[in-house]
Amino acid sequence: MRNLVFLLQKEFRQIFRNPTILRMILIMPIMQLIVIPLAADYEIKHISISVVDQDHSTYSSKLVNKMTASGYFQLVEYTQSYAQATKTVGDGKTDLILTIPAHFERDLIKFNKAQLHLAADAVNGVRAGLGTAYAAQMIGDFNREIREEWMLLPKFNEMPQIEITSANWYNPHFDYHLFMVPGILAILVTMVGAFLTALNIVAEKEVGTIEQINVTPLKKHEFILGKLIPFWVLGMVSITLGMIVTFVIFRFLPVGSFFTIYAFSAVYMFGVLGIGLLISTFADTQQQATLFAFFCMMVFILLGGLYTPIESMPEWAQWLTRINPPAYFIKIIRAVYIKGSAFSDLIPEFLVMIAFAVGFNALAVFNYRKRSA
Amino acid sequence: MTKSVIHTEGLTRKFGDFVAVNAITFDVKEGEIFGFLGANGAGKTTAMRILCGLLEPTSGKASVAGYDVYRQNEEIKKHIGYMSQKFSLYENLTVRENIQFFGGIYGLTRKELREKTAVLIERLGLNQEADKLVGSLPLGWKQKISFSVAILHRPKVVFLDEPTGGVDPITRRQFWDMIYEAAHEGITVFVTTHYMDEAEYCDRVSIMVDGTIAALDTPSGLKKQFQVESMDEVFLQLARGAKRGE
Repeated sequence: MRNLVFLLQKEFRQIFRNPTILRMILIMPIMQLIVIPLAADYEIKHISISVVDQDHSTYSSKLVNKMTASGYFQLVEYTQSYAQATKTVGDGKTDLILTIPAHFERDLIKFNKAQLHLAADAVNGVRAGLGTAYAAQMIGDFNREIREEWMLLPKFNEMPQIEITSANWYNPHFDYHLFMVPGILAILVTMVGAFLTALNIVAEKEVGTIEQINVTPLKKHEFILGKLIPFWVLGMVSITLGMIVTFVIFRFLPVGSFFTIYAFSAVYMFGVLGIGLLISTFADTQQQATLFAFFCMMVFILLGGLYTPIESMPEWAQWLTRINPPAYFIKIIRAVYIKGSAFSDLIPEFLVMIAFAVGFNALAVFNYRKRSA
Repeated sequence: MTKSVIHTEGLTRKFGDFVAVNAITFDVKEGEIFGFLGANGAGKTTAMRILCGLLEPTSGKASVAGYDVYRQNEEIKKHIGYMSQKFSLYENLTVRENIQFFGGIYGLTRKELREKTAVLIERLGLNQEADKLVGSLPLGWKQKISFSVAILHRPKVVFLDEPTGGVDPITRRQFWDMIYEAAHEGITVFVTTHYMDEAEYCDRVSIMVDGTIAALDTPSGLKKQFQVESMDEVFLQLARGAKRGE
């Protein structure tokens, strides 16, 4: 206990003298929370479209007008030749070809049915998928509109219609930032915790001070606690700062309680610090530690559901997310922030957090040797 | 006869097929300044790390301050001081903070710490520098502070691994005055060095060649044995036979 006091005193003195650590804690959260949500936007706009109009009718131009007026599409070409449009795709100047065949208007009126064709440049699958989806939706709208026009004419029977109305719970306006920001908050504390602890201990290895520590009667658990506690405090400071930035920039406050966020963060931080500690036990230089931590972060983020929903990952990847601590934490922070989940709703996740904290630290303590074999 | 503080018998350490320390046997007496010499790669640092409880031996016996290196390595650590080749105080702590930290974890009370810190700073003549970061001080000073910190808790033995490497001759001289003083106060000094003039200052000297102890005696005894004028020549005669390179 007495030794721990000396260790903590030393550690905090060093932290406050290290401008890099302070910068990482203060500036990193602000930059990440401002830049990432604004840059990484899922909505796709300005899709280039080529229209191959072989009909040249009132309806065909109505349809084209409707699409370009939406703001999602930019008409780059209006031609009669499909071959010409294909060439434009080849040149990378257009994303989508909408073909309106000859007799489109005639067929539509005469047979109550007509065909359109959409072709997409699927090099960027997301862009192609969303582009065709938007286009299909607009064509659907167009279809409904002309039918409503016709209904006024007695010649046509009223068609039975199913109308779908939807309500978006928790995030009614589909605000992309509301989804991203809490996730980034979760990643942020993960990085602060794992990176700083790993780098700090490995730095002691590099300089040689760890050997001086190992030759003292200091107990293993004292040394480890002396490292974990200061960085735990820094992690909590970092999440607090992150929440302040979130409020100031985006005006988001958690719908759930701060208590829930802090309770989970407190346990989660220990797990993350355990990961940092574990990295430090098998890295000998800060370079190795950085590279390894970097690799871990990639996995954490890509398999954490920050950008892509875990539910749409293949089975094996979903299984991997189950042993990925940030995946849980991202989910928890989002649930508390957006949905307002209470602590009692998240008890299974809380137990998982405890298991991670105990597991990683146990591994790290087991791996840390005062004496080399 | 004074009792031995360090005792080894056939102490061996292998790294895979490589025998870094090959069955060394020696005794270091209480209050003695014991010079542990050898070319680079002869196995000095490995042997010293075993005695400090930083490395497990492969076979053989060894005890330090009466404690067994296999089972009581944590007990040993309470009774030894260690100063490694690398400079090992915290550069971003001040002189005073370093003294307090290391004194503290060796179990000195706050009161003792205050007193000892004051005495030490006075003795090293560091009144001006006591609150400066250690990193900003010249190497010679750092080494003197390092040594003082290593003996702050009055250990039975202090292990010094090339303590004067890269230090100027005047500071080296002062450093050896400090070693003598410590020995006079009853602290056994176990020191490795590449400077043969320093070897002359030791009570007894052992010379390691290729993992074994090739010679062990007082400096004058060794010179007589090899019929030469200086320790330098003794060392050269022995080290020339070494098969291991740098």
